[in-house]
Amino acid sequence: MPLKTKLGHSAGFWIGFCVVMALLIVAPLVLPEYWRRFLTEILIWGLLAMSSDILIGYTGMVSFGHSAFFGLGMYGAAAALLIISPPNLWLAILFGLGGAAGAALFVAYFSTRLRDIYFAITTLIFSQIFYVIIFTWTEVTGGENGLIFSRPHFTIPFLYDTRFSTATLYWFVLAVVGGSYVLLRRIMQSPFGMVLQSIRENEARTRAIGYPVERYKIVAVMLSGLFAGLAGVLYAVQNQFAAAEFVFFTTSGDTVIFNVMGGIGTLVGPIVGAGFFQLIRELLPRIFGDQFPYLIPLGVIFIVMIIFLPQGLLGFARRWLNR
Amino acid sequence: MDAVTHFFQSIPVDLLIIQTVNGVVTGMILALVASGLTLILGILDVVNFAHGELFMLGAYVGVLVLTATGSFWMALVLSALIVALLGAAIQIVTLRPLVGRDPLNTILTTFGISLILQNYALWQFGPVARKISEPITSHFNLFYLTYPWYRILIAVLSAAIIGGFWLFLKYGKYGVWIRATTQDRVMAQAMGIPVPMVHTAVFAIGAAMAAASGVLFAPLVGVSHTMGLDWVLKAFIVVVVGGMGNLGGSIAAAIFISLLEAYAAIWVDPSQAVIVSFVVLILTLLFRPTGLFAPTPK
Repeated sequence: MPLKTKLGHSAGFWIGFCVVMALLIVAPLVLPEYWRRFLTEILIWGLLAMSSDILIGYTGMVSFGHSAFFGLGMYGAAAALLIISPPNLWLAILFGLGGAAGAALFVAYFSTRLRDIYFAITTLIFSQIFYVIIFTWTEVTGGENGLIFSRPHFTIPFLYDTRFSTATLYWFVLAVVGGSYVLLRRIMQSPFGMVLQSIRENEARTRAIGYPVERYKIVAVMLSGLFAGLAGVLYAVQNQFAAAEFVFFTTSGDTVIFNVMGGIGTLVGPIVGAGFFQLIRELLPRIFGDQFPYLIPLGVIFIVMIIFLPQGLLGFARRWLNR
Repeated sequence: MDAVTHFFQSIPVDLLIIQTVNGVVTGMILALVASGLTLILGILDVVNFAHGELFMLGAYVGVLVLTATGSFWMALVLSALIVALLGAAIQIVTLRPLVGRDPLNTILTTFGISLILQNYALWQFGPVARKISEPITSHFNLFYLTYPWYRILIAVLSAAIIGGFWLFLKYGKYGVWIRATTQDRVMAQAMGIPVPMVHTAVFAIGAAMAAASGVLFAPLVGVSHTMGLDWVLKAFIVVVVGGMGNLGGSIAAAIFISLLEAYAAIWVDPSQAVIVSFVVLILTLLFRPTGLFAPTPK
């Protein structure tokens, strides 16, 4: 009987997943150019938020360092696109992942010895170290001005080579984000993911059972950093620049806000949160004028949600549907 | 051998002394900021991300009072009072409902508050930095520099505020309440201490200290909506290096880090000298995670 309910649950999930994916695939056909780009950005921010949820929601470590992984993914991609000609998309991804992995290894090695608040502060400080380096090392990183480069073509070696249009770029991003989602969901349901969740629930007990908690945490940070770096690469490809401001810790703060708004501890939640955040950020200035300080109402909504809706939008929707 | 003597001769002694004075001055301000943060952390268990924004708002309120009354000292006192009231309001509205929840919630909440305050300041006062003039303009000679007395005064005043606060904690009736609450919240409540009130008051005092340091420091750097960011980061480093929630350790760490940064600024760009404090933090976490200046836990 439990097996059957599990199967039923899983089938329901896949049906829902396919419906949402189908809607997202069709979306650019009906959306105008501007909103296509907007949706692409939401997907990219969603990937970043999802990656940080591995730490925040699943392992119980609030990371304020995701801007570093995101930014180094961005600058890694920039390096590949500027150095290697003709610019190659796959090399950009490889370089970006390399950059993010380097940063993640560094951050993971030091910060996973610490817990709770200490972890949050250390990750924040680490992202600031990367920020200062990138901001002041003008010859290599362009400093304040950042780096500008052209978008690579979409290539399958020896077979296919085409320029990205906004629609095809959207589909490419959707494929990457969708693939990452399926992969991360699989990982989080694997024994490895279960250990992470048990660290969140009771670290001391997990250690007592015999799991090397520190090693698991390092792998979690690495994994999270890699996917955040992937988001950085996508953002670089989409906008054709890399800028130091994305490494500043406010990007990490936004990522945390995406998580809380959408619902931590779920992989879909952060994407929903990112969409909600970006939509408010887009709509409020349209309604109230360009000068409107949209971050003030966003901050208020954020705090109200922490106090009254700790499960986020997704948790709220789920409870409401169950009623 | 020749190289060694050359190295020692090339050390600019006058510059070192100037930077020592500079380091102690910024260290004292940093200590004032960090002691407010330490207080809130030690007693409320709240990592106050909005502390830098309270510092910044304090400076802005100081600017407003100064243009209205023309008195710097009035600005200092009023700004501390107003921001203290604001702090109390913030604590009651956003932090009190979170008592008993996971402490990470409070980090997120104070982060949200900092977002709101910072953008409010940007919206209200605009992106252009405000200038505030020093109340004391006389100088004295320090080697080839004329060094403003005001900087020395800042260090002395910061020390006086921290010292006064320490005396209050040690001997004042309400200071004893605060210490009792830190040691055992439940027992303090049972002894008739109004713990929620104490928490609100502590947050207000921390906010007032941030505001006071904001006004004191404003003549040196100018007032802008982003001025809180750097300080809150540095104050976090100080709090961790000093040992979380340890007042004496925070002060020692504040001066230590400011001195190191001042010396580093002799050889590298000041924006890169910040890295020195980051390195101190990393080394501290590696070798003494409880903090450099905290007594070793048994």
